[in-house]
Amino acid sequence: MKIKFKELRKSIYIFATEKTIGFTLISIFLGLVVGAIFLVAAGFNPFQAYWIMLIGIFSKPSYISYTIIRATPLILTGLSIAFAFKTGLFNIGAEGQFIIGSVAATATGYFLHLPLLIHIPVVIISAVIAAGVWGGIAGYFKAKFGVHEVISTIMLNWIALYFQNFLIYTKGFQKPGGETSYSIQPTANMMILKTWKQSEAGREWLLQHPFWKDLLRTPMNWGFIIAILMAILVWFVLNKTALGYRLRAVGFNKFAAEYGGINVNKNIIISMFIAGALAGLAGALQVVGVSHKVTLIAAMEGYGFDGIAVALIANSNALGCILAGLLFGALKYGGTKIQMFPVKAPSEVISIMIGSIVFFISIPKLIKVILSRKNKKGGTK
Amino acid sequence: MIDTILSNIALIIGTTLMYSTPLIYTSLGGVLSENSGVINIGLEGMMIIGAFAGAAIGYFVGDPWIAFIGAGIVGGLFGLLHAFACVTFGANQVVSGIAINFLGAGIALFLSRMLFEGATMTKSIALDNKMPRPLNGVFHDGSFLNIIFNNQYATVYLAFIMVFLIWFFMYKTKYGLRLRSVGEHPTAADTLGINVIKIRYLAVIMSGVFSGFGGAAMSLAIVSNFRPTLVSGHGFIALAAMIFGKWKPQGALLACLLFGGAQGLAVFLGQFDFEISSQLISMLPYVITIVVLIGFVGKSAAPSADGIPYEREQKN
Repeated sequence: MKIKFKELRKSIYIFATEKTIGFTLISIFLGLVVGAIFLVAAGFNPFQAYWIMLIGIFSKPSYISYTIIRATPLILTGLSIAFAFKTGLFNIGAEGQFIIGSVAATATGYFLHLPLLIHIPVVIISAVIAAGVWGGIAGYFKAKFGVHEVISTIMLNWIALYFQNFLIYTKGFQKPGGETSYSIQPTANMMILKTWKQSEAGREWLLQHPFWKDLLRTPMNWGFIIAILMAILVWFVLNKTALGYRLRAVGFNKFAAEYGGINVNKNIIISMFIAGALAGLAGALQVVGVSHKVTLIAAMEGYGFDGIAVALIANSNALGCILAGLLFGALKYGGTKIQMFPVKAPSEVISIMIGSIVFFISIPKLIKVILSRKNKKGGTK
Repeated sequence: MIDTILSNIALIIGTTLMYSTPLIYTSLGGVLSENSGVINIGLEGMMIIGAFAGAAIGYFVGDPWIAFIGAGIVGGLFGLLHAFACVTFGANQVVSGIAINFLGAGIALFLSRMLFEGATMTKSIALDNKMPRPLNGVFHDGSFLNIIFNNQYATVYLAFIMVFLIWFFMYKTKYGLRLRSVGEHPTAADTLGINVIKIRYLAVIMSGVFSGFGGAAMSLAIVSNFRPTLVSGHGFIALAAMIFGKWKPQGALLACLLFGGAQGLAVFLGQFDFEISSQLISMLPYVITIVVLIGFVGKSAAPSADGIPYEREQKN
């Protein structure tokens, strides 16, 4: 019995230190512990808070739907940053690329009048291209002038923000009397069963089916499915195609890649284009699926910065971004629940938790040290 | 005519100084950390917590200098956290820095809600308890110098003194030489008996202190409270200014002044009733920065060991 226990301990140690996923799970657990410490210090009951969060995320179909809706853009901005990381670039610009994507989607969604099945793809593709070009600009500046992508993308974020605000104050785009744009045409709306659930027959049916009624209360849309497909596509491109091989080679060692005959500058631009396109897709899906318009923004909304955390928690793994994005979305949505009665704790504890998770992820050695000490103790007994 | 031109120029210089100051402190923090070989992308988070600490201490204690120093100490604690991860545990420095950004913003807002009855905005500091304005009323009313300096807070002058001190420290003292050698070639420095770990710890802690000052220069002088949108990206701009300034204090100063100057120009143009939207004018600082980077600044090189954790070879 004792031996088995020792073996279990050893296998936990191996799982936590040698498998990335084990290490990530331990970091998440430690992040929850840090969050609990803050809650206790501030006089809250952490178990109650976490229980309320858990119920607030999973106990109703609509809650799960909201969590998924929150996670969708984060999965995509996370993918954008993870993709750039894999190719040796740090895309702080997902924030601005998201903005460009949502602006382009709103413009094409409102100004164009197209049939139902054509309109949505046109909106999404034009948003993706616009945001891809926006990201590609930073890549071009780096390739051509040696401008560090961290600086150029930070500047481009702000330019994008003011561009959106500029458009919102532009006649023809601004909805009179408000600080928002016009809403997109119904043909560009990607919400599931939008017209049906407001129709007479739909309302009647939903009245008799409370599960579906609750679920369809939310702006449920196809965005999540698209995000998952994109994650698979990114994984495939990076790992199974020649393009992905070249991009990763540049990220791994750009001098060796150049020596091996890869056009480094071209690949930098391509990589930033793709990263921008992914973040732009997040913005486009947010518009066609959830918000249907863009509004005046005073400060960065954080989709891009949260995406950095998603990419880091996912260890820049494309498929991991799905899980990390869901975790992030769940924490953010659950965080709004602890702000309300009965806990009434500051929802910012979520940022503290996420910060702690990322912090622990940055120091694999610490966890190794802690666990190996325990392991040794177990061994000498 | 000449009078109006002069007073307009004075106005632009004045706003330039005002906008540049928080950036100068924070980018000096970046200079110290990165020259010791530790990337600090957490400047934003350190600036946020500093801005909050300055506003909160200023509100409760009342003395702006205690608040300013307190903001530095709180920023320094976050620097310590970053150093702990990066120096002792060889962390991925970018990852740790991003964590600091989340922690800084999260803890600042969490504490604000606890201390200020659930509000994310701290209560305003009384006007008398803000940073003093040393040259207020010294120059003749309406004169060129008066327009520039009348409303400048003490933090502005202190920022320039700090740039000089850091420059002097880095390039004219042996400790500065040690700092730079640790960032360029830690193994060689270690061989010569320099304590790499200690120097990196101190440098990263000081980068937190300076970022804290940067945040407090906003919340104690430019405005008189902390709110969630106060810092909103200025830490990242300070980071950009440091890279732009080629990792040197004097370079960072110029980059911050350029940015602040563009900001001042935008404010100046904003007061006219142009056909151009104020939103487009607000883009100016960012566009100018990119244009300058493309046109006038060559490739910049970080200290050679920037971002690489230092580990002594194991003795068996």
